[in-house]
Amino acid sequence: MKIHIDAPLHVRGESEYVDDLPPPAGMLHAQVFGSPVAHGRVKALDVEAARRAEGVVAVLTAKEIPGKNILGPIVLDEWLLAEDLVEYVGQPMAVVVAETWELARKALRLVRTEIDPLPPVVNPREAFAKGEVIHEGRTFALGDVDAAWSMCDLVLEGDVDLAGQEHLYLETNRARAMPREDRTMQVFAGTQSPYATQKSIARILGVAEHKVEVDVLRLGGGFGGKEDQGTHWACMAALAAQHTRRPVELVLSRMDDIRMTGKRHPYLSDFKIGLQKDGTILAFEARHYQNAGAYADLSPPVLERTLFHSTNSYYIPNARIFAVPCKTNLAPNTAFRGFGGPQGMVVIEAAISKAAEALGLSREAVQRKNLLKDGDEFPYGQKAFECQARSTWDRLVEQEDLVGWRNEIDAFNSRHPMHKRGLAIMPVCFGISFTKTFLNQASALVLIYADGSVSVANGGVEMGQGNNSKLCNIVAETLGIHDERVRCESTNTRRIANMAPSAASATTDLNGQASILACEKILVGLKALAAKQLGASPDEVAIVDETVTVRGEKSDWDWPKLTAEAWLNRVPLMAHGFFATPEIYFDRETEKGHPFAYHTYGAAAIEVELDALRGSYAIRKIRVVHDVGRPINPVVDLGQVEGGLAQGLGWISLEELKFNEQGFFTSNSLSTYKVPDVYFMPDDMRVTFLDAVENRRGPLGSKAVGEPPLMYGIGLFFAVRDAMRAFRPDLAFNFAMPLTPERVLTQLYPEALAEVQPSLQAPTPVGASTP
Amino acid sequence: MNDCKPIHFLLNDREIEVREPAGLLVLDFLRRRQHLTGTKEGCKEGDCGACGVLVGAFDDAGRLWYQPVTSCLMPLGELHGKHLVTIEGLNLPAALSPLQEAIVREGGTQCGYCTPGIVVSMTHCLMEKRSAVTLDDMKLALSGHLCRCTGYGSLKRAGAAMADLWSADERAAEDGRLESQLGLLARKGVLPDYFPRIPERLRALQERLERDRTESGAPPTFRIAGGTDLYVQRGEEIPDGPVDVLNHHPEWCGVSRHNGTLHIGALTTFEALSHDTAFREVVPRIGEFMHLIASLQIRNRATLSGNVVNASPIGDMTMLLLALEADITLEHGGKERRLPLRHFYKGYKSLAKEPNEVLTRFSIPVPGETMLVNFEKISKRECLDIASVNSAIKLTLRDGVITGASLAAGGVAPIPKYLPESSALLVGRKPDESLVRELLPRIQQEISPISDVRGSADYKRLLLRQLVIAHFVTLFPETIRPESFNSGMQGASPR
Repeated sequence: MKIHIDAPLHVRGESEYVDDLPPPAGMLHAQVFGSPVAHGRVKALDVEAARRAEGVVAVLTAKEIPGKNILGPIVLDEWLLAEDLVEYVGQPMAVVVAETWELARKALRLVRTEIDPLPPVVNPREAFAKGEVIHEGRTFALGDVDAAWSMCDLVLEGDVDLAGQEHLYLETNRARAMPREDRTMQVFAGTQSPYATQKSIARILGVAEHKVEVDVLRLGGGFGGKEDQGTHWACMAALAAQHTRRPVELVLSRMDDIRMTGKRHPYLSDFKIGLQKDGTILAFEARHYQNAGAYADLSPPVLERTLFHSTNSYYIPNARIFAVPCKTNLAPNTAFRGFGGPQGMVVIEAAISKAAEALGLSREAVQRKNLLKDGDEFPYGQKAFECQARSTWDRLVEQEDLVGWRNEIDAFNSRHPMHKRGLAIMPVCFGISFTKTFLNQASALVLIYADGSVSVANGGVEMGQGNNSKLCNIVAETLGIHDERVRCESTNTRRIANMAPSAASATTDLNGQASILACEKILVGLKALAAKQLGASPDEVAIVDETVTVRGEKSDWDWPKLTAEAWLNRVPLMAHGFFATPEIYFDRETEKGHPFAYHTYGAAAIEVELDALRGSYAIRKIRVVHDVGRPINPVVDLGQVEGGLAQGLGWISLEELKFNEQGFFTSNSLSTYKVPDVYFMPDDMRVTFLDAVENRRGPLGSKAVGEPPLMYGIGLFFAVRDAMRAFRPDLAFNFAMPLTPERVLTQLYPEALAEVQPSLQAPTPVGASTP
Repeated sequence: MNDCKPIHFLLNDREIEVREPAGLLVLDFLRRRQHLTGTKEGCKEGDCGACGVLVGAFDDAGRLWYQPVTSCLMPLGELHGKHLVTIEGLNLPAALSPLQEAIVREGGTQCGYCTPGIVVSMTHCLMEKRSAVTLDDMKLALSGHLCRCTGYGSLKRAGAAMADLWSADERAAEDGRLESQLGLLARKGVLPDYFPRIPERLRALQERLERDRTESGAPPTFRIAGGTDLYVQRGEEIPDGPVDVLNHHPEWCGVSRHNGTLHIGALTTFEALSHDTAFREVVPRIGEFMHLIASLQIRNRATLSGNVVNASPIGDMTMLLLALEADITLEHGGKERRLPLRHFYKGYKSLAKEPNEVLTRFSIPVPGETMLVNFEKISKRECLDIASVNSAIKLTLRDGVITGASLAAGGVAPIPKYLPESSALLVGRKPDESLVRELLPRIQQEISPISDVRGSADYKRLLLRQLVIAHFVTLFPETIRPESFNSGMQGASPR
């Protein structure tokens, strides 16, 4: 039985996270002082009182940085600690280092600033109008959109308002740094990018990269939030450790983590869609204004993926997609599962809904009519191959008897005046590869010990997604041995150099392929040895179920015998594998190329029930048909689909990331920012994997699974909209997400809303209603 | 801190005595003092459950029982004489429990950070429900936990599998007492072997502590009831000073009925209230309402007086107590005074209470007539969320006529709002649609919501309108139909 290999430790609470490691003697605790305003010139930063406070060993500011005070994964445009300008609330300005966590917290309150406020901008359209952009807008185009409008029976326009999303990894950002001999620094960090963290620490400390060791055992969730933004805290811990020459631990409180780190990007988008009467989409245009926050961070590649996925699973012969990253005074927004793809997909789905409603067709009819097939071209030039858009859709519709399902809903709705059910299908097509082509490389080290136990080191970070489980499965299968013999080591920059971040759903693909290559190198020697000793030629030897076979017959050599003999005969038992994804490229001049190794496809159907009296709704039932190729570890894959789905459902419905005009997050804690709980998710949920279709571009025929399922959640918006239309077919509803009970109720009752407007009431006394 | 009074309790299978501030959080004690790192910090405000532990004690009838609580909101001082169980205390030495095995098999853990807390709560569910455990019980156990990885499907499958753990004979042999089943639970591997001896050890400890009991010295800087709001608001200050752990006052807990009045101790927890027989006679649907209020872990800690004194304009139990026309009793230096709860709130977070007064009791009139009570709440997430608007109503009826009415609403004013004029309008009338139509504009005149993170002012006005309709539709389903208030809608008919 395949399991998540960490699960037996997790259920006993024995898995170690950064701050579970036994504390070294003399360890100090660091806490971060962040800007109290969203935008302003720093006149003074006074840390003297904090320095004199009980138990404080150091208070570090930009002045105390020995190397370069600069950071950024794509563009070096961020300070680690702010100098003369602050550009978002919570932007780190100082690090307080004290004997205990409690004393560090107390000293934080003694830091004083004097900041001349500048006007903050939080709306991306406003930033764009002022020319405040991270870089110029980019456009992907296919066919001739301008000429196509005149050929359409229907052309309509609309806009979408899409909020961001807090990652809410259960483990907040944290790091522990240990100063070691020869000015080296050992850092245990919660990061998806050990190499980027190593590189940044080296730059901050002013040392060569080989002086810095970053070790990542596991993360308590990442979801993209620690792809770039796990780095800062590790840099601060290392800075403090260098300065004090003592071990330093930095653990962010939940409220600091929410305040100081970026989120999924909010977008404001406009669309225009043109169709024939039968629902065939002839032309589509979208303009995306990305709310990037104060610095570039990963906004440019996130934006790029919005461009890549703006037509989702549909073939649209004439398309033009524009997107621009707008600079605002919020924490720099960053990677989050889906990485800009979801924001692009929401807009085409909104356009299709609006068009279907106008044409009097069902949403599903328009969707099905335009699904991709092999040979169809994406706006970025790649052509669909081994396309599963239609097969996953059709399997879902047939398996779940969509017609009967819809009839049941209609029957229910006709019997219930105040409760309405709604249904929507969400297809997903997601490209697999880093769109920055150079990142599509990976290394793995496979070490076999003489007793037959195997250790794998790779560049992938285990953050719950099951990378290490699948790596063990892949290595075991490639070597012909049992999973139990293999363990994955922590991800360490001393074992693997220059690793790509664990991101883009590609971690297991890349590191799995590298591990296979390493295993194959070792197998050459092992098979030659066995062949020689057993009197056969190497190609007649195999390892099956831990036994050496010769011409298909079992020999008396088992795996431990083979590895022991290899050691005694000086046959190498460790190897390095290196993998670089073939075939992919992208030309940013023409915005055309073949950026993805392959696409992952699937479709989900979601049914909801709306309480039209109270404006609340509940998910009743979900069905998913998903293509994972040949699954390596079905338990892990199912977990990725169900978990990604839950995160997408939350983003679209209840996770309301609110900030005010002054750039403060107002939903800044778990009491105001709500994510799915056990009652939110329906009991009636089933995931079917499309009958194994080998993917020759993935390890052992598998496909990447991390991100695509999140986007099934988008279907929830359209299911609720369907139910809302059943209650109020006379109204037009907007495309603002998340679809909170407030947005539902106020749209269902415009007349009653007008009646209760305070202008019609007695003057409102000053009051408050926050608990 | 040497001037701290000793706190003496069982920590898993060890008896320990510590001298730490009584206000120190149990979570910080476990992780920082004991290096028991299986208990995780996720939010420090009781919302995520990663810090979940069990606290065992004897009830008034001498029965051993355990409660799941969030250790991030619990003062260490409260553990005096109790049994604290962490994930480490549930692990078997060399094997997984059947529950742990099921979670592994179903893939119910990914990043693992939330998992120990979840195992603690699900194990508690098995201790409490034993052979009768159902999927719904397991969902309740999971309800105070956030898992950002799994989507809960695998955890539900693991939980559902636990129903198969018992044979028909074992089901038949259930006597409803945890204590007599501890041996069986240990034999099944649900609990480790030390558990069956815990009742005996805990009784011995309690007897010893009873003899040594001393009163506290210094006047407290904080009085901590359940702590579920106080620690969120002032958590970093509390461990520094002396505290009065109010849950050491059993005399302020529990419900009793005297003639036409229900007396409820101020420190009665939400969960205790919802299971109280006397209260259930007055508010039979309290269990249903409780589903919308907090999580099991928080309900096990949160007290009625804490909810009322915190003075949140949106306190759920406060709204219910206002509608029930509760009086409160305040005590200081042996002197008591009693006033209606509706007169307790002077302004935002401003109370008609002297600093040294302690709220000791609620008194609720229970008239002879038919009494109807309803509670409505809408929040972004249905469960374990703070309301955008909540509302409670109590009506008494004789011969189909309303003889008494009280309506309260939260999130629509600076204080938990009792609506006197709207309530008065209902008295002497028959509950019908025209009455509700008359009521709706009156309500709007009594409220003054503001826009905040829980909703815009306009939304709160509209929502209270809908919730008031919901009160009447729920209480009088035969005569009042919700669709008749959809006035002004064009074509609002079934598709």
